[in-house]
Amino acid sequence: MARFLLRRVGLALVTLLLLSMIIFLMANVLPGDVGRRILGPFADPRAVAALNHQLGVDRPLVIQYLSWLGGAVHGDFGRSLSFRAPVSDLLSRALVNSLKLAAVAFVMVVPLGILGGIVASLNRDKFLDRLISVTSLSGIAMPEFVTGIVLILLFGITLRIFPITATAPAGSGPLTQIYYLIMPSLPLVFVLFGYIARITRAGMNEALDADYTRTAYLKGLSRGMVIRRHVLRNALLPTVAVVATQTGYLIGGLVIIEFIFNYQGIGQLIFTAAQQKDFPLLQAGVLVVGIVYLTATLIADVLYSLLNPRIRYGGAE
Amino acid sequence: MSAVAVPIEAPDEGVQQRKTARRERYRQLLRSPTFIVGAFLVAIWVICAIGYTHLAPSDPFATEPLRRLRAPSSQHLFGTDRLGRDVLSRVITGARVILVVAPLATLIGTVAGTALGLVTGYFGGIVDDSLMRLVDAFLALPLVILGLLFLVALGPSTIAVILVIGIVFTPIIARTVRAAVLAERGQEYMQAAKLRQERAPYIMFVELLPNVLPSILVEFTVRLGYAIFAIVTLTFLGFGIQPPSPDWGLSIFDHYAFISGGFWWPVLFPALAIATLVVGVNLASDAISQAFER
Repeated sequence: MARFLLRRVGLALVTLLLLSMIIFLMANVLPGDVGRRILGPFADPRAVAALNHQLGVDRPLVIQYLSWLGGAVHGDFGRSLSFRAPVSDLLSRALVNSLKLAAVAFVMVVPLGILGGIVASLNRDKFLDRLISVTSLSGIAMPEFVTGIVLILLFGITLRIFPITATAPAGSGPLTQIYYLIMPSLPLVFVLFGYIARITRAGMNEALDADYTRTAYLKGLSRGMVIRRHVLRNALLPTVAVVATQTGYLIGGLVIIEFIFNYQGIGQLIFTAAQQKDFPLLQAGVLVVGIVYLTATLIADVLYSLLNPRIRYGGAE
Repeated sequence: MSAVAVPIEAPDEGVQQRKTARRERYRQLLRSPTFIVGAFLVAIWVICAIGYTHLAPSDPFATEPLRRLRAPSSQHLFGTDRLGRDVLSRVITGARVILVVAPLATLIGTVAGTALGLVTGYFGGIVDDSLMRLVDAFLALPLVILGLLFLVALGPSTIAVILVIGIVFTPIIARTVRAAVLAERGQEYMQAAKLRQERAPYIMFVELLPNVLPSILVEFTVRLGYAIFAIVTLTFLGFGIQPPSPDWGLSIFDHYAFISGGFWWPVLFPALAIATLVVGVNLASDAISQAFER
């Protein structure tokens, strides 16, 4: 187990290093002249040179990368150009807000998705299965802003059941905060429901067709007993992995959700940084998203191997 | 081509069986209700994209300053937008934008990814390992965030969006093609080609490519759905297609601020257009991947 863990962590670190290089190159090399890109085509060349010097982008590329990476390891991402504050302060505050939103979405979608998958599988190829399949497929493909806007029009403006912003008034209690977060998390729920229901259904179908299930029936166990004891335990394995992996993708959806519901999370921060061409904030924000994803995948892998010894002992990959 | 022709690939029962199996798959696909519904939805928008000049009731770019933000009526079925343009005409014409941009971006990614996947899958070794690490790194970022970073660096434009999606898809599609190539490596026709001492490019593009083509086509349809998703989202954030294009994501971006004032029609109709298109593409592509049993 220790060897397996070490290998997984090592692999994740290599991927993270590669990711940091990709992000750094995109933010510092792709724009050509960073200062020019920020100040625009008509700016004074001296102003551009001064900004480039202030940002440190007039140094050799390798030095720039290493000093950025060195800072990042210590949690120092430099200063944001548009907010005039340390990037790490901005990011940590935003991350807490985003996690609240993600938590509300998860609490709703995980039981719903698993239940959907189980119901679909137990009614295989019948109407209910088809209905859940089509809903999942539609959900996966639906851009979050489309669902979000339809929800705002319906529940926020026409029916006035939910507020159209995700930010609760200052000083409100946790229940009010959750109430403000329900509608914004629904588009995420719609997307994730599809992923979770589909993988649960596939796992269930496989377990229902397996030999051990037939054996259990032949032993004379009741249907409920077979499903509880034999099918569910095996079927939910892949679901665990998918749930953890989707945590990372959830963050991609947050950019849009936080934008349309005006919520001060990491997605909104990345979007503002993109609009303001605030490169220090942008590259740090994107890196944090990558770190969250890689951590979630790592946890998924470890959890999966804990539940399924075959992975641990049966060689890598 | 080698002069020593060894008739290993002569049409025998195996080839015949493969052909029958393929025909059976197409028949199964055309009978699947998921595919029929999906293809129907996509077909509607394809018809709009081709015949928009005949189908749009008025000029999608003509502004009427005195008829701004008029609610749907018999004259303007979907109402007018903030510049007095006919929303219905813009929704119909908008199909053309997304149905050119998204497939083009996907095509770039598919061609580049196929070439990369064939090479890495065929040769293996260190090239293969480094590609896989690169794919892992790319996959750690959601498509929209990666696209955002690219577009801030390059400056937003339609060409940039197409390139960005193409570039981001390349390693992902390469991975699928690589997996398909690995499955074909042990096949007899591959051994035969190697025995004939064919050159590597010949084996890759003449022998391997036709055999992994089904996987590539399936991957293309799946990616197309993601491309539409990413392009409309990036455009909605203001980093994609630029005005005065009648693109759906752009129309929503343009009128998003008006919805709290009760002006729902310039936002809802493009949103429904996006919804029907992505659902159509996804239903069709799911049916296709199931028929080809990936």
